[in-house]
Amino acid sequence: MSTPVTESAPIAARHLARHKRSTKVRRQRVRAAWIFLAPMLVVLVLVAGWPLLRTFYFSFTDASLSDLSDTLFIGLENYLIYEDGRWYGVLADPIWWRAVWNTVYFSVVSVSLEVVFGIIVALVLNAEFKGRTLVRAAVLIPWAIPTIVSAQMWAWMLNDQFGIINHLLMVIGIIGEPIAWTADADYSMWAVIMVDVWKTTPFVALLVLAALQMLPKDCYEAAEVDGIHPVKVFFRVTLPLITPALMVAVIFRLLDALRVFDVIYVLTSNSTSTMSMSIYARQQLVEFQDVGYGSAASTLLFLIIALATIAYLYLGRNQLKLGGD
Amino acid sequence: MTSRQLSKHATRIGFWVLVALIVVIAVFPFYYAVKTSFTPSSELFRVELWPSRLDFTNYVQIFSQRSFLQAIFNSILVATSVVFIALLLGITASYALGRVRFRGRSTVLLVILGVSMFPQVAVLSGLFEDIRALNLYNNPGALILSYTIFTLPFTVWVLTTFMRQLPMELEEAAIMDGATPWVIITKVFLPLMWPAMATTGLLAFIAAWNEFLFALTFTLTDSQRTVPVAIALLSGGSAYELPWGPIMAASVVVTVPLVVLVIIFQRRIVSGLTAGAVKG
Repeated sequence: MSTPVTESAPIAARHLARHKRSTKVRRQRVRAAWIFLAPMLVVLVLVAGWPLLRTFYFSFTDASLSDLSDTLFIGLENYLIYEDGRWYGVLADPIWWRAVWNTVYFSVVSVSLEVVFGIIVALVLNAEFKGRTLVRAAVLIPWAIPTIVSAQMWAWMLNDQFGIINHLLMVIGIIGEPIAWTADADYSMWAVIMVDVWKTTPFVALLVLAALQMLPKDCYEAAEVDGIHPVKVFFRVTLPLITPALMVAVIFRLLDALRVFDVIYVLTSNSTSTMSMSIYARQQLVEFQDVGYGSAASTLLFLIIALATIAYLYLGRNQLKLGGD
Repeated sequence: MTSRQLSKHATRIGFWVLVALIVVIAVFPFYYAVKTSFTPSSELFRVELWPSRLDFTNYVQIFSQRSFLQAIFNSILVATSVVFIALLLGITASYALGRVRFRGRSTVLLVILGVSMFPQVAVLSGLFEDIRALNLYNNPGALILSYTIFTLPFTVWVLTTFMRQLPMELEEAAIMDGATPWVIITKVFLPLMWPAMATTGLLAFIAAWNEFLFALTFTLTDSQRTVPVAIALLSGGSAYELPWGPIMAASVVVTVPLVVLVIIFQRRIVSGLTAGAVKG
């Protein structure tokens, strides 16, 4: 229903009409946008928002898995309570703190290793050589393998009696007798870290490689003409330029590592020497049926991850922009 | 040979050693799993790098188990449904987020990014209640529902990035012709979005195929399990007598299709991953 504009109408009126029509189109588009967003938002509320709120709520109750409807509000008792001269609750449980420490240790060590190896692999893939496509395909393989499968594959290779790793190390003469990699508390965390690094280094390498391929070529030609050592060029030119991509890779990997579950569950099951926060929470929730207590642990894990994300976004707000506006 | 030439040769050799090392480390564990899958259990105590002969006993054993075939079927059902739902909801949402300027768009994007960072265990008890209320416990439906929590944000995010890159003129011309937003999506953008949808669909499929925590928690019986849970629980029996041969055979069966897909679509996958991360 556009305003009819006659030939004789003044220019201003014609402008006004066109403006009116374009705002109408815009308003229609905005309404359509919300209609198109609605199904996705409804599903996200159903599978994410509401369950998260319920988990928060359960953490203040004595809910049990067998009957979630019959719950009693007990305040902060799942978190911490002083009773009969002793402290109880998740925050007073040494196993929980062990799980926190394990998770943080696992995350920091494996993400650091993944970044270092990821950069090395990316630099190799960025060089021009025969068979580069094949090497890139080979590097992608660990990433394509399901975590459960890679955990089982490594569990077999790390097997104390028939594992090939012990066999090779003994042939070379590094170790005298087989090591129970996944059962021995001294080695199990390293076994878990090794599997995770093996599986996720390709992801970091791909992100770094993408950044490397966007770098300006002339810088490097200039550096070569000036005879600057490649190592120096790497630390002075390349590294600062790929830092934004690295920051993104680190946050993705760190958030993944902080919620680690499957690789540890399969490799070392519920052993306290490698137990992560997710494993602790699920054990309380499902195996011990204590939804209230388990939800308290889940809520704490959520808060830790949220805090880590906020801190990271705050520190790197110039690096990680939400494009668009 | 001058020392300059010598160091040049040394660098070249060092480079190729590094390439070889990377390839061996990346490929060897999978090769060894394949090798083990062709070794009869009675010979597993002999540690060997090469198979002495191809023995199919392990494959015969896992494929004669009804529960394993059922698990593969469940995984295919769940992963395909998840991809379908995520793409359907993702394409309309990404049109809104990628092409239309409106108040609150950044907030919606931030919420989506936030959801993709949820620790899964934080929604476990809440989802459990959802699933019981919908009567989906121990049913693939529970997994289809719960997997949207991680496939949907990711799909929307990547498709939005692709949507933004499409030229403005296309849409302007369509608007001039009086096309409604729905027509613009289905007739103008959808044909151009197939490559992006194939990429995100494949990544969502891989994520759903590999998921473990929800699959372990929301299913109870063998007939409802997905392959990762089936493989993890094959070892559940006794800690001293793990059936490594069949475990490796099952692992190879569920992994080979993925490895083949990833190698065929590697360029697409790399661009999908980087679009999801770097440009985010």
